[in-house]
Amino acid sequence: MIRFDNVWKRYPNGREALCDFTLGIERGEMVFLTGHSGAGKSTLLKLIAVIERPTRGTLVVNGQNTATMPRKKIPSFRRDIGIVFQDHKLLMDRPVYDNVGLPLVIAGVPEKEITKRVRAALDQVGLLGREQNRPIELSTGEQQRVGIARAIVGKPSLLIADEPTGNLDPDLAVEIMNIFKRFNEVGVTVLVATHDVHLIERYGVRRVIIEAGRVAGGDAEPPPPLPSIVVDRVEPS
Amino acid sequence: MKQWLERHVQTMVGSLGRLWQQPFATMLTILVIGIALALPACLHVLVQNVRAASGGWSNALDVSVYMKQSATLEEAKSVADRVRKRRDVSDVTLVSADEALEEFRKGSGFGEALDALKDNPLPHALIVRPAEEFRDPAHVATLTSELKTLPGVDVVQLDTEWVSRFNAILDVVRRVVFLAAGLFALGILVIVGNTIRLDIENRRDEIEVTKLVGGSDAFVRRPFLYNGVWYGLGGGAIAWLIVAIVIMVLGDPVQRIAGLYGSSFALHGLGVEGSLALVLGAILLGWFGSFIAATRELRGIEPK
Repeated sequence: MIRFDNVWKRYPNGREALCDFTLGIERGEMVFLTGHSGAGKSTLLKLIAVIERPTRGTLVVNGQNTATMPRKKIPSFRRDIGIVFQDHKLLMDRPVYDNVGLPLVIAGVPEKEITKRVRAALDQVGLLGREQNRPIELSTGEQQRVGIARAIVGKPSLLIADEPTGNLDPDLAVEIMNIFKRFNEVGVTVLVATHDVHLIERYGVRRVIIEAGRVAGGDAEPPPPLPSIVVDRVEPS
Repeated sequence: MKQWLERHVQTMVGSLGRLWQQPFATMLTILVIGIALALPACLHVLVQNVRAASGGWSNALDVSVYMKQSATLEEAKSVADRVRKRRDVSDVTLVSADEALEEFRKGSGFGEALDALKDNPLPHALIVRPAEEFRDPAHVATLTSELKTLPGVDVVQLDTEWVSRFNAILDVVRRVVFLAAGLFALGILVIVGNTIRLDIENRRDEIEVTKLVGGSDAFVRRPFLYNGVWYGLGGGAIAWLIVAIVIMVLGDPVQRIAGLYGSSFALHGLGVEGSLALVLGAILLGWFGSFIAATRELRGIEPK
């Protein structure tokens, strides 16, 4: 599903976020990505969503090489990925219904179908009946759940979340994680970046620890790792 | 197809709704566009009217043949018959001295002064209209010189001089209208483009989010294109209204002046075709302006 092969990511300001990063995630897996802030978790997720592109190496997501993907292909590629952001990224001046339905509107789904699927998605995150509220009238936890509903409404095969429980109290955090777990149970590949180590311990889920842009530990990936090809990769100065 | 249409109608209405929410800003933009369009449109109407009033080319190329004072009506008639047979002449009208006097009496307002004259001072005259294919200056010159040699003919007058001058001036004015229209069109593109640019800036977050969940460039651009279309439509309507008001205000006095000159000339408005062209042109300009601005701006907005 996701395959990082010797990926480097260097930002224009010279900061190196990922160094020779290699990681594979199988279809249907659920993976927690942990590490200190600044370790490269967010960069990794951004690379998967083609918000950023690898500086070097290849990253294949859903069978598509993101390094060489033409700009025009990005929108349709993103429609198959549900993304949950720490800051929700909701449209504050639009009702919940519009927020959750946006991916379907973009995909050209008929209005009737949108109504049905938005309700189904809101039901799954426990917000049925809040369609006409504006995000501003909801609590942070509820806003986060609206974000999740929007991420799953398009029935993506991959769900990625960047610190989805960052600003939530422990009870709410558990609730959110349970939602992700439920999606994973119906076959969605789920990748959650979080620094909340205590929270993830209670889930029997593969963990990947990232430190300074490299895999620094965690559970071995189910598929055997690719033999690291020792090409003379000069450390970019 | 039905869904596609549904989406477009939705976007269209949505865009109108957004503009409606900021009535003052929208009205300002529309007014600026309307005024900018009204100026060349009014000039165009003016030129059209002047052309209509001057009767176009065909009348202006008529050759007036004045018989000698001594020539009788019969002589004039025979000359008319001879001229009528010429290949390069399409029509000859005989205006007898009496008819000419009558017309002059009616048209000039010198009626009473004319009554004081014992004899009719006017000669018989022929109005010769050159045939269509002989209306170029060279042929008309040949025609006039040959008409002059006919018996009983006194003066042959060809008023092409003022016609060509007048037409040259009109031509310049028409080009000025074109240039003005071009400049104002450019101005409208800039106005619409800048307005759309600001609209986009105001909705930056929304655009980013839309792109994040898979909205294509075309998808995020669409509402702004409709904004441009609405601006154009509104501006076109305002311009049309301004032209209509100008015609209404000037219509009566112009008709009075024309009446004083014995003409039934009345100001013409844009007409159906002109109105359609004005409004459609405005819509096109609005669309194009927003297209340029939106395409440029939206490419630069990428999720971070």
